[in-house]
Amino acid sequence: MIRRTALAYALATGALALLTVFAFALGRFPISALELAQLVANKLFGAAYDIAPSAETVVLQVRGPRILAALLVGAALAAAGTAYQGMFRNPLVSPDILGVSAGAALGAVLGIFFSQSALVIQLGAFAGGLAAVGLVYAVGSNVRRHDPILSLILAGIVLGTLLGAMIALLKYLADPYNQLPAITYWLLGSLAAVSPGDLALAAPFALAGLVPLYLLRWRMNLLSLSDDEARALGVPVARLRIAVVCAATLMTAAAVAISGIIGWVGLLIPHAARMLIGPEFSRLLPLSMVLGAAFLLAVDTLARTVAPIEIPPGVLTALIGTPFFLWLFVTARRAWQ
Amino acid sequence: MAMRVEARQLGYGYPGRPVGRDLELELGAGEVLCVLGPNGGGKTTLFRTLLGLLAAQAGEVRLEGQPLEALARSEVARRVGYVPQGHVAQFAFTVRDVVLMGRTAHVGLFAAPGATDREAAERAIAALGIGELAERVVTELSGGERQLTMIARALAQGARALVLDEPTASLDFGNQVRVLREIRRLAAEGYAVVFSSHDPSQAFLAASRVLLLARGGALRQGTPAEVITADNLRQVYGVEVRVAPLEGTNVCLPVL
Repeated sequence: MIRRTALAYALATGALALLTVFAFALGRFPISALELAQLVANKLFGAAYDIAPSAETVVLQVRGPRILAALLVGAALAAAGTAYQGMFRNPLVSPDILGVSAGAALGAVLGIFFSQSALVIQLGAFAGGLAAVGLVYAVGSNVRRHDPILSLILAGIVLGTLLGAMIALLKYLADPYNQLPAITYWLLGSLAAVSPGDLALAAPFALAGLVPLYLLRWRMNLLSLSDDEARALGVPVARLRIAVVCAATLMTAAAVAISGIIGWVGLLIPHAARMLIGPEFSRLLPLSMVLGAAFLLAVDTLARTVAPIEIPPGVLTALIGTPFFLWLFVTARRAWQ
Repeated sequence: MAMRVEARQLGYGYPGRPVGRDLELELGAGEVLCVLGPNGGGKTTLFRTLLGLLAAQAGEVRLEGQPLEALARSEVARRVGYVPQGHVAQFAFTVRDVVLMGRTAHVGLFAAPGATDREAAERAIAALGIGELAERVVTELSGGERQLTMIARALAQGARALVLDEPTASLDFGNQVRVLREIRRLAAEGYAVVFSSHDPSQAFLAASRVLLLARGGALRQGTPAEVITADNLRQVYGVEVRVAPLEGTNVCLPVL
C-alpha cells in the first residue's frame, strides 16, 4: 500500500507538472518550451532573454491567472468532494449531487441580480451552498424507511431541481443586456475571464476551507463509521461533522465564485484517487487535490484549444463525467474500493 | 484503579419509550457478563446506555467509580472499548487502518497517530492473531475475520472494559468458537467483558454472570447456572428448552 501510494503521488505530480508546461505553451499564440524556460530563468535568476514582449504578456497576464485558477478550482472541488464522500459514507455524493453547487449558484445569481459587489456574490455563493447541504442532510437523515444513501441522493436531486427553478426565474427576470449574459456565463462555468483580482478574492476562502480539512485529515476517517461507532471511539461526531461541512462548502463556494459551476470534478476525482490508493483520508486528500488540479487544467486547456471558439469546461467535464457516473452505478459494489 | 463498570437503578430506553428500569449492575476486572434476551428485548439499548451513546433515563452508570455524564467522549473511549453489532464496512480501509482508528481517543484533535499509537495497534493485531490480514482491506474479509478486526480495534482503545454487541451473530460455527475463546482469554488477562448473545449455551461457555432481559423490562441476574433454567428461558423466549449437564458445564437443547 505504501509503495502504491508513493507511485500514485509521483505519477500524479509528474502529470501535473507536464500539464502545466503544456497549458502555458498551447493556445492561439504558441510559446515554445525554450521561451518558457528563458522566461522562468529570467524571472527567477534575472538571466538575460530575448523573447517578444507579447509572449511575456501572454504567459504572465493571460495564461498565468487562468492556469492558476484552473489549479485552484480543480484542487478545491476535489478536496470538497473527498470530504463530502467520506463524511456522508457514500462515494457517490459530490458537491453537485448534494445541491451545494446549485445552492451556491443561486446565492451568486441573486448577488448578480441585485447588482452586488464581487465579495457579496461570493458570500452569497457560500451561504447558498451551506443552506443547500444543510437542508439535504437534514432531509436525508430524517428519512428512516429508505436506504439512507439513496434518500440523500434523492433529496439532493429534488432540492437541486427547486434551486434550478429559482435560478431560471431569476434569469427570466434579469436584465437581458447587463445581467443575463453574466448569469448564463456563470452557470455554464468558465475560466476565460478570470482576473488576478478574482483569484486574490477567492483564494483566502479556499484556503480557509482547506486548513481545517488538512488539520482534521486523520480524524476525518472516523466520520466514515456509523455515528455510534465514531462516538464510542471518542469523537464528538456532531461537532466534527459541522466543521467539515463548513470547510468543504467554503471550498466549493470559493471554486464556484471563481469559475461558476463546473460539475463532476468533485465526484470523479475523489473516486479515481480512492481507486488508486484506498480511502484513508490523510493519504487521499492531497492526491485528490493534485489529480483535481491536473484534471481541470487539462479540461480547460482542451476547452480553449480544440475548437475555434471556447467550449465551456463544464460541458467537457459533463461529457467525461456522465459515462463515468453511469459506469459506477452499474459496476460499483456495496463495498467501495 | 481496577476496572469497574457499575449501573445503579439504571433506567434506559428512548424518549417516550422506556425499555428497562431499575437495573443494578456491577462488573469488575476478569468478569464476563453475558446479556441474553429476545429480539427487541433491549440488549443494544442497554449497551448504548452503558457506553453513554444514549442518555440514561434514570439512575446512573459509573466507570471506575466516576459517573458517565462527568466524562468526555474521549475519556469514555479510553475506559470502554466497543464492538458494534454487524459492522458494515463502507470504505475499503485496510485492517491496520481500522485498528488504528481505535486509537482516536489518544490522538490529538489535529494530529495523526504517532509511534505509540502504531505500536498499540500492532499489539492489538498480534493479540488477535490477525497479523497476516493487516494489509488486507476490510470489505474483502470474511465475517469472522472482520469480527476479530473489530475486537482488535476495541483493544487498541486501551480500555480495560469491553462491550461486544452480539459478537457471534452471523458467524459460522468455527468463528463463533474463536470469538468466545477470545472473550475468555481477555477476561483471564483482566478485562471486564460484557457481550450479548442469542445462544444461552454461550453463557455457560464464556460468561461468569448472566443478565436475562425480557420484553417489558423484567430482569434476572446471576451465575449462568442460576439464571439459565428451563423455566426462565420459557418465560423469556416462549419455547421449551432443556438445560442439560455435559462434561462439567451445561448446554441448552430446545425441545421441538
